Order: sequence, then C-alpha cells, then structure tokens
Amino acid sequence: MTDNEHEIEQPDERKPKRVIGTPAPGTSMLGAAEPEAADQDVPGVTLQDEAKARKAEKIVALCFAITFLAGIAFIISYVYFQVGSPDATGTSNLALGSSLTVAILALAIGIVVWTRQIMPKYALVQERHTMTSDEEDREVVADTFLRGANESGFVKRKLLRRTLLLAAAPLGLIPVVLLRDLDNNKMPGADFHKELRHTVWGQKNKEGKPLRLVVEGTGQPIRAADFNSPGGILSVVPEGYEHDLTALAKATLILIKFRPEEIKDGTNRNWTHDGIVAYSKICTHVGCPAALYEQNTHHILCPCHQSTFDAADGAKVIFGPAARPLPQLPITVDAEGYLVAQGDFKVPVGPSYWERGDAEAEAGMKGGQA
Amino acid sequence: MSDLKAVPKAIAGPSNFLDERLGGANALKRNLRKIFPDHWSFLLGEIALYSFVILLLTGTFLTLWFKPSMMEIAYDGSYAPLKGVMMSEAYASSLEISFDVRGGLLIRQMHHWAALLFVAGMMVHMLRVFFTGAYRKPREINWIIGILLLTLALAEGLTGYSLPDDLLSGAGLRITEGVAISLPIVGTYITFFLFGGEYPGEDVISRFYSLHILLIPGILLALVTAHMVLMWVQKHTQMPGKGRTNKNVVGAPFYPAFMAKAGAYFLFTLAVVAGLATFAQINPIWLFGPYTPADISAGSQPDWYMGFLEGSLRLMPPWEINLFGTAQAGTLPLSVIIPALLPLGIIMTGLALYPFLERWVTGDNREHHVADRPRNNPHRTSIGMSAITFYGVLWLLGANDEIAANFHISLNWTTYAGRVLIFVAPALAYLITYRVCLGLQRSDQAIISHGVESGVIKRLPHGEFIEVHTPPSEDIEAHMRGKEAVPMLPVAEDPSGIPPKGMRGPVGKLRGRMSKAYGGEKIPLDDGHGHGHEEEHAAIGTGSGSGDDDRSITH
Amino acid sequence: MTRITAWRRHPLARYAVLILALALVGMVYAAFVQAGKPADAALAAGKVDDVAAGRSLFEKHCMSCHGTNAQGTTTAPTLIGVGAAAVDFQMSTGRMPAGAPGPQAPRKPLPEWVNEEKIRQISAYVQSLGGGPQVPGHEQVDPKLGDAAKGGELFRANCIQCHNWAGAGGALTQGKYAPNLNESTPTQIYEAMVTGPQAMPVFNDTTITPEEKRSMIAYITQVREQRDPGGFGLGRIGPVTEGLVAWVVGIAALCLAAIWITAKKRQKS
Repeated sequence: MTDNEHEIEQPDERKPKRVIGTPAPGTSMLGAAEPEAADQDVPGVTLQDEAKARKAEKIVALCFAITFLAGIAFIISYVYFQVGSPDATGTSNLALGSSLTVAILALAIGIVVWTRQIMPKYALVQERHTMTSDEEDREVVADTFLRGANESGFVKRKLLRRTLLLAAAPLGLIPVVLLRDLDNNKMPGADFHKELRHTVWGQKNKEGKPLRLVVEGTGQPIRAADFNSPGGILSVVPEGYEHDLTALAKATLILIKFRPEEIKDGTNRNWTHDGIVAYSKICTHVGCPAALYEQNTHHILCPCHQSTFDAADGAKVIFGPAARPLPQLPITVDAEGYLVAQGDFKVPVGPSYWERGDAEAEAGMKGGQA
Repeated sequence: MSDLKAVPKAIAGPSNFLDERLGGANALKRNLRKIFPDHWSFLLGEIALYSFVILLLTGTFLTLWFKPSMMEIAYDGSYAPLKGVMMSEAYASSLEISFDVRGGLLIRQMHHWAALLFVAGMMVHMLRVFFTGAYRKPREINWIIGILLLTLALAEGLTGYSLPDDLLSGAGLRITEGVAISLPIVGTYITFFLFGGEYPGEDVISRFYSLHILLIPGILLALVTAHMVLMWVQKHTQMPGKGRTNKNVVGAPFYPAFMAKAGAYFLFTLAVVAGLATFAQINPIWLFGPYTPADISAGSQPDWYMGFLEGSLRLMPPWEINLFGTAQAGTLPLSVIIPALLPLGIIMTGLALYPFLERWVTGDNREHHVADRPRNNPHRTSIGMSAITFYGVLWLLGANDEIAANFHISLNWTTYAGRVLIFVAPALAYLITYRVCLGLQRSDQAIISHGVESGVIKRLPHGEFIEVHTPPSEDIEAHMRGKEAVPMLPVAEDPSGIPPKGMRGPVGKLRGRMSKAYGGEKIPLDDGHGHGHEEEHAAIGTGSGSGDDDRSITH
Repeated sequence: MTRITAWRRHPLARYAVLILALALVGMVYAAFVQAGKPADAALAAGKVDDVAAGRSLFEKHCMSCHGTNAQGTTTAPTLIGVGAAAVDFQMSTGRMPAGAPGPQAPRKPLPEWVNEEKIRQISAYVQSLGGGPQVPGHEQVDPKLGDAAKGGELFRANCIQCHNWAGAGGALTQGKYAPNLNESTPTQIYEAMVTGPQAMPVFNDTTITPEEKRSMIAYITQVREQRDPGGFGLGRIGPVTEGLVAWVVGIAALCLAAIWITAKKRQKS
C-alpha cells in the first residue's frame, strides 16, 4: 500500500474472500479508507442513513402487524379448535403452534431490523479496571475485620467460642436425621438389603398352594400342555400380583419352551418342566426387563444395554455388560397341570449391590443353577 | 416525529418516585450505557438463559394439571387406545394435558424442546468459553458456576423425564435405580431412601416432582443470577481486534442496542421452541403406555444429554468382583460403577479444574479480557476437541441400537467398534486438531507477512507474471495480531544445569516439561517475513523473478 | 328309456364318470394324508389341484434350498409341520424366496411369478406335508372386531421389546433385527405370531388366544394409522431423533439468528 508503483486497479468484485475466523469485514480488506460517517455527533456512534431508516421502518411495521394478526389468530384458534382425539388435538396443536411461532418470529425479526437499520451503529469504548481492589481498601477491610473480631470477644473468650461450635454440631445434623423416615418401612438400615434377596415366588397363595404362573396382560394361568410350541415365549407374572409393581419389579419372568434336546447343561433340568424354562426377566446389569428373545439362536437380549444371554444354557452371559446369568426359577406343574413355582429364586434377581455377595457360588454348593 | 427533548411525564413521575426511595439513578447512570462487545458466539449462552425462562413459564402451566401421584386408576380420558387401562395418576394427568387441555400438548412439547435446547445451549456456550480461553482470570468462579449449572441441568432433566411415568421414562428410572444400588456400601441405603422402600414403590414421582419444580430450579435460578451478576461486574470478554485491549471493551451500549438485540434473541429462542413444538412431535407418551417394571420397549433411550452415560454403560465389558466371596458384602459391579461414574467424573472434574491446571502449567496470573482465537492455543484446542470426541463416541454408542437397526449394521460390531474408538478417537482428534491449529496459524502468518491474494495477475516489465498480494485490512490485521504467545514458566536451567526453583522434584519437572510443551509461540506471526515469495509466485511466474520486485508490490 | 338312462348313454358320460372317480380318489387321498391333522379348508373343499400345483411350484422355486421333500438342508429349515400360515407369511411379505444371503431375510417386493394363487398353492402343498398353523380367516384378523386397549396391554407385554412401542422395529444381535410393522397386513401379523418366522418366537393360540391376537392387531393398526398430534413423528423411535432435531434444527437455527443479529453490515464504499 505504501509504494505501489504499479498502480494496480482494484475493481470491487475482485475483493478477496473473507478469511474464516476473522471478523466480517466492515471495510474492504484492500485497505480502502473507511467511509466517513456524515452526521457523527459522538465518536463510535454512526447514525444510519435516514432514507434507509425510513424504508426499514416500513419493514419493521409490517413485522409488528404480522405479530398482531398472528396473535389474534392464536386466540381464534384456541376458541375454534377443540381437542380430544389425536386428529383433533393435532389440528389444534398445528393451529395454535404455528400462529404462536409466526407471531413471535415476526416480532423478533422486526426488532432485529430495527436495531440493524434504524438504531445507530456503535463502536463505543469503555475502560476496564482490574478486579483487584486498591491496596488501601484492602487494608481498611482487614483492619475492620480484626477490630470487629476483637470487639466481639470471639477471639479472647474460649468458652464462648467452644460452646457455640458445640451448639452448632447437632443443628447441622437435624436435616439429615429428619430424612430417616424417607424409607417407609423404617426397618434397621442393615436389613435393607435382605429385602432384595426374596421375591413373591417364595410365598403361597390363599389356599396355601404354590403360586401359579399367569400370563402378563391377561392374568390367565398356563397349562403346561397348552404351552407346547417350541420357540414359544411368554411374559409371566405371579398369580395375585398382576398389578403390584413393586412385586413385579423382581418377580416378572420369561417362560420359554424348548425342544428337550435343545437344553444345555447350564440350565438346571430339575427346575424345568417338559422343556419349559423360566428365567427372571429382570436384567442382572441395571434391571431393565431383558425380553428380546430370538428363538433360532436362543439369545435373550436386553434392549437397554444389549446384554445377551443364552437361554438354552442357563441364561449365561455371552455379550454385553451384564456380569451374571438371569436367575432361573424352579417350576413344576400342579395337580391340574398348571405351571407353578417350586419356590423362590435361589439367588437375588436384578442388578448387583454391595451386600449381594457371590450368591451364585453359594447356591451352586446347594445344587443351583450352574 | 422529532427527537425527545425531555423525559416524558409518564416515565419521569414513576422513576422519580422510585429514585426517592431506592436511589437507583446512581446505578443506572453507570450501567445503562454499559458496553457489550458484538460477536455471534457471545449470544450462545443466552440460548440456555432464555430456554430456562421458557422452562419456568411452560413448567408452571403444566403444574396446573399434572398430578404427581402413583396411585393406580383406570384411564378415562379422550385417547381411545388406552381407555380403561390401569395407570398411575401421573401418567393419566400427563395424557389429560396432552389430549384434554387446549394448548396443553403445545406447551408440553415446548417444555420438552426447551429442556433439550437448555442443555444444548449450555454446552455450546461452554465450548465457546473453553476454546476462547474466556474462563481465565478473573472468570474462574463464573466458570465453576457454569459447571454447577450444567450438572444441575442434567439432574433437572433426569427428574423431569421421569415424571410422566410412562413406559419410556420408567425405563430411565429403572436404570437410575440400578446404577444407584450398585454403589459400594451406600447403594442399598440410597435406593431405599429415595424410593421409600423397594423399587418402584409409590413415592418416587412425588419426590422427583418437588425436586424438579422447587429445589433444583431454585438453585438453578440462584446460580443463573450469580452467573449474570458476575458477567455484568466483570464485563464481557471481547475478541481481539482494532482498538481492543485488555483495558477496554468495545461494542454497543446496553441501552438501547444490546437490550433490543437480547430481547430479539429471546424471541428467536421462543420462536424456535414454539416452531419445534408445532412441527416436531416430542415424547409421545400416549404411544409408550403406562409404566410397569415388567415391560420394556426396543429403542428405550434417555434424552440426548444423558446419551453419553447410556453409551458408556453399553460399552462396558461384564466385570464384577466379589471381594469376600459368598459373604454378604463386598460385591462391586464394576460394569455399572465404572461407566456410570468415570466418564462423567472425567468430564466434569476435568472441566472444573482446567482453568487452575492451565494456570499452574503456564504460570499465567494476569487478567485476561481479550479472548483467544482457538488456533492460537493449539494444545488447549486439541484437549477440547479430544474431550468432545470422547463425549461424542459415548453419545453415539448410546444410540447404537437405533444405528444398528436403521443402517443395518450388526449391533455387536457397533459395540466392538466403540470399545476401540473410545481410546483411539480422542488421541486422533488431538493430533489432527493440533496440526490444523498450526496450519491455521501459518495461514495467519502468511496473511500478515505476504498479504491477501488479490486475484489480480500482473505482468512485470521483464515478463514475469505474479499475483498481487495486498495487505489485509486494519480490522483483520488487528484481529490476527491480537495473538499472544501462550505463557510459559521460566524453565531454563541455570549455567550449572540446575532447574529453577519449584521445578526440581518429580512433580516440578513434570510441570516444567508440560509448560514447555503447552506454552510458547509455535508459529510467530512476523517470522517468515519476506520468505516464500518465490514459491508462491512460481506457480504463475514465467521466469525467476527477483524477490525485491515482489516485495515492492506486496508491501 | 328313462331320462336317466339317456344321460347314462350320453357320449360324454364316460368322461364325466372318469372325472368324478378321479375326484373321489383325490378326496380319499387327501383325507388319508390329512388324517390326524387339523382339517384344511382348501383340501376339504376338494382343491387337490392346489396341492399338486403347489408341489410343482415348490420343485421349481423352493426345492434347491428346502430339499426335495421339504425336509430341509444345511442352508434352509424343514418345512414339514410349519403350516400354510408360515408359507403365506414368508411369501406374501417377499421374504421367500430368499434373495442374497444375510443375517436375516428382509421384506422385499414380490417376484413377478408370485401372486395370491401361487402362494395358496404352495401353502396347500406345505400344509399337506405335515399340518401346522393355518392361514387365518378374514374375521379372525379383522381389527374392527378387536379391543384395542386390551390388545395394547398384550402388545406392550409381548411385542414392543423387539418391535418398539409404535411398531417401528429395533435391533437384535449379530445384524438381525425386528422389522417395523408399518406394512404388515393383519393377516401377516397373525401369521407371524403363530409361526414365529426367523428369530421371532412363537405365540401359539393356546396361550394367547385368537381373540387376544385380534385385539393386538386392532391396537397395532389403530396406532399406526393414527395421526401424530404433535407434528412430524420423527420416525416414532423416541429420543434419538428428537436429540438430533434439537441440535440440527434448534441449535443451528439459533446460531444463524445470532449471526444475523450481530453481523456487521457490509458497507458500500
């Protein structure tokens, strides 16, 4: 720019492209002089050209008028469109939502045009000061602090200081103590985990007989002879607990029908009946119902984190983050041929917890699921 | 109309009344024309702020109908496919809001979309602050407040997601319980107190409700206020540019320009939220059905901001330890604890400590009000990109079942790939970003020392063709020259080979080495001045031109 | 001469008798084959031709994988006992005859030679081999006769873990997947439940009754046809697409707005 002896012409359209990451060029990058603001009263405040501002005013007014109309349209839509069925609600949602969106959007656009085309352009400068206070102020504060501390006697009077601390200690505990009854059972804390070791399958029904397995959703008990298609699966809940969510969170089963020759040694055959095997549906990872069953591979897949279990082989883990097989429930049939539980699971179902211990090894010693 | 000459009575009266009682004029005098620098990325945090305002308003609307109760009732509302189905009152009232309250569905969807944008806005804002180094002294406290806000927003999202008590939200709650119970020693205690007994019990919805509408938003509001006050007091950072220094701030005054811009941006946020709620269905709870712990749907996913936790759970191999064998204690489900706590811990702790670690490594104790361009601190930018990649891999893996189902990839292979990528991809991202930063610095250097390619081809008297370079405009040059070397500790050893004080022990040596790598000027702007002309022009030049001629044109 | 005698002596009589006799033999044969198996409507009505035609179609299009007598080979399972419902499901959805090998045969357009009649014939042949579930009648799968709310409960208990809450489908292990139910006809849904095609388990009629299945069909068809009241359904797969939209549409739009608000106007010089 200094000694451009070749006198190169710079046509406007030859301006180089903007360099990414740099501010939008207010001026030409070729170093052309900044246009002088005509009516500049204050440095840093560039007033807009009046003709352009007048044009912009019309645009802004149009935007605000659209907002007005759309706002009215919203109120009319509210009165006119009723809700109820998905169809009616859909229409209402569309009418209300689009009128609201248009109203707000037009208002936003109007204001932006207003700031950009009517308000002046600003490049005002303001001084910053370091956040640190003056040394003098800091000294004054320090002195004031010391003086107050001494005047209060807090420093000198040991007894006062110590009893105050003593007094504060239980007060701080009260909010914690008050939360104790969050647990509705109010059982000793050390017994919490024992609840997790049992499910309702260990209980008897009103007649003192073992609980029947019933189909989730219909509540029908299952005759073993009816569940006779190999590759079949059922989601099963305990009789009498069909709507007890807390019981279901541990007791829900998947019932799978195999051809007897498909069952491998991982499964405890004494706990099956005629190729029918019952596993806990609650994943041993974090407790989602693991229920995606592929009848051709015998895989049970949990949809939450994709733990995969081999249903033919004692539901042992073959993929994913679950560390333990799905517990198998011992089942048999009652006198009428309906499937019933022989008793409770031999190991805790669902996700692991600190007090669980290696329950599989313990149960294995007593002849449980391998 | 002509300009106003005096304050109109309608305003003068009330403001006089207020000033006589509050004395606000002094504060207003100083603050009405407070200067706010202009850069589009400075508005990103406002997405979160305005989403929060929208959340408070729409949330209040929802509370007018929502019943936070887990009592079982038979549904008797308008949605036919669920008629007579047993469900909790919470779910039934959410259906009522959706189908039996005019505008209810719109507001419910706005609430949910605003929640997604709330967290997304916080994240893009945080990334902007990180990559421009705007967390540096004196803004570390505001940075920490920001991290707290993000953490609380995740908790707020989690509790809100669970409230409708549909099958999808229940799955999320179940996973939350599974993670909580896996914690060593305290796990069972936490779940029994949280759920009032065994999962799911009958209390958790009402407990989450009071957390979601009172406790967490209360803390959020207080922290948001603190965040704004600190920003106001410390003044906003600005990008480097003409006339901008650490001692000033250049921009538009709060009244009227910035006020109008901020107001317009609030309206834009509201319009986007309303537009999404109109045209994009979110969380169609009527399709999910009521919650029961016995059922689950394929594709059960958390909202996007929890996706990275979901992904890390999915990625994990099946590790579990029983410390004391069959004894009833000592079970450590590592396949839950590690993925639930480690990535979150790494990301949140890393974010919170970064300003202090950086200061420790660079020894930089000055105040910074001019933001860095990301390229000018290549190691910081690379660390940031590396963290984004780490997060991104986990996030992607959180949706691996949908990816597998919709793109017909084996589900198992997405997991195997994720297990490798979680280690490899962040390292690659680091290397690539570092190279890109240096490349961009070099291009800045080229512009400063050679100017901008003008596109004009000039034939010199002796026959050589050259492309004329012109110097960058003042604005651009000032912007680029705003670069300063990343500070470094005085690491040089004295003549007898003893490193400076504080850098002698193993930690000190490490600090010194890190400082050397992290700090310093990688590509000085004015270096290379006058070099490289030949190469640049060779492509067009016909003969071997003399460097002097070139220089006379470009400078 | 009585009229009957005149009939008897008619030149075409011998052919008529021959045809009648053949038909009788066929019926006896069919009854013999079907002994001990559920009655086949088509066969009982004397459509022996279907079986024969089905056999020849089978030889032409299916035998190479399923074996000469449908006993199965290493590449394809036996068809003995799978029933007409399985054939009708696999062929009417285009899954069979299978195309390129893969983890699972996808739904695809029917080949040109396949039509309702050909499917019926092959179904009849396969049914004749070893019985199995029948193709359900119209009334059996009519969504109008089902109770959608009841069906919804069963659908959530038994189907959505693989097929998703709105029948949008989902992933299974090793590249297998549960397909979406958008195009499935009521008949196909029923057939899939009773036959358990590919990875899908079987839900037989003795544990989930035909009425209950009809209610599930009612729920599936009602929900998939109903409008998404909140706008576009985003594939009805939940938070994944919602999160994508929040970023790609929401945050992107707000970034553009921010750029517009703060952009310096290019000054005309």
